[in-house]
Amino acid sequence: MLYAIQSLPFLWKGLLITLEVSALVVFLSLIAGVILGVGIVYGPRWLYWPIRIYSDFLRGIPLLVLIFFIYYALPLIGLNFTNIMSVVVALSAFESAHIIEVVRGAIQSIHRGQNEAAKAIGLRFTQRLLYVIAPQAIRRFLPPWINAVVDTVKGSALVSLVGIVDLTLAIQQVIGRTYVPMPLYILGAIMYFVINYILSSASRVLEARFAYIRE
Amino acid sequence: MTYHLNYDFIWRHFSKLSWGLVLSLELAFVSILIGMAIGLSLALAYTGGRGFVRRAVAGYVEFIRNVPLLLLVYLVFYGVPSVGGFAYDATESFVITLSVYAGATMVEVFRAGLAAVPRGLIDAGKAIGLTGWQRLIWVRLPTMFRIVLPSLSNAFVSLFKDTSLASVIAVPELTYGAQWINTNSFRVIEVWSVVAPMYLVTGYVLLFLLQRLERRFTVH
Repeated sequence: MLYAIQSLPFLWKGLLITLEVSALVVFLSLIAGVILGVGIVYGPRWLYWPIRIYSDFLRGIPLLVLIFFIYYALPLIGLNFTNIMSVVVALSAFESAHIIEVVRGAIQSIHRGQNEAAKAIGLRFTQRLLYVIAPQAIRRFLPPWINAVVDTVKGSALVSLVGIVDLTLAIQQVIGRTYVPMPLYILGAIMYFVINYILSSASRVLEARFAYIRE
Repeated sequence: MTYHLNYDFIWRHFSKLSWGLVLSLELAFVSILIGMAIGLSLALAYTGGRGFVRRAVAGYVEFIRNVPLLLLVYLVFYGVPSVGGFAYDATESFVITLSVYAGATMVEVFRAGLAAVPRGLIDAGKAIGLTGWQRLIWVRLPTMFRIVLPSLSNAFVSLFKDTSLASVIAVPELTYGAQWINTNSFRVIEVWSVVAPMYLVTGYVLLFLLQRLERRFTVH
């Protein structure tokens, strides 16, 4: 128990790396996911299949395999990233594939009549998207997106396997020196739990808040 | 580019990968069976239980779902034996972890399934004089299973992908086989370009087969 308390400053550094990686991935995957998600719904036919394959491919392989794959494949095509950058690329690619589906679901859940009515009053495509579809779709988008953020924080634990000292590897290193695993694993689990529980509670609150929208 | 792809070593040791894939499927299968047993009993306890039972079940689900699986794998493999004074091998430890993890998902699935059983069916069961247990076994559970089948298939494929984490505690499944080839040949790109499609194809074939199975049980 004493070890667990003494190691707190070190774990704090690891936690910051976990949060940094997660924040970066959440940001990048949101941008990529929304662009590709809008593309898959409204884009032309030649755009549909590449995005569908991208999404189905990335969601079909384990995140761990993807991280290793990208970690070793990027240098091969001449991109010498730092290890943090390459796992950020891997995690963002993985999460953006999930966000594509969330965006697609959110947009398609809005009744077609909304789009047709907007067309009837003469709004252009960007206006329809920004003023009619987006304000409604965002309520369907937020709860599952926050769940994707929780998955990102959980998934970021895998970066410890390519040698980045995040919270998980920090815990492993402290255990490697002290040989008392249990208190530290529990401490680590609590730290992850607190972050993710706050997020998933927010998701539930929003879901209940927006439950009144039916069609 | 001066790098030349060379798959010789991988084909020579392909049995590491093929048997790894079999073990991955076995791990996922055993875990979902145990997970379903945990999930069903806790979902029933939750649905019929008092405040205390409900809070305990909700606590289990929330804890498991908000902690990374990797940390749970470490915790069960390194942590638990260190305080319990006993030992189990890596495969057993991973099956326990993945079952407990699957159990948390299954509780949610079965709970939603039980809640979705139409009220009229249960009332009809009452009307023909079935007892509470009879209603559970002959009315609520069969109806619930039909409702949750799609979620079960998705959960199974998802667990199959999660078995890749067993490689960190040296369970010789597919990802571990890939890493074994890596350390012995350094043909890293080649290995992952074989293993990723193996996961991908197996996952989608499983989903396809399970969806055909679902169709046989659907009632129109």
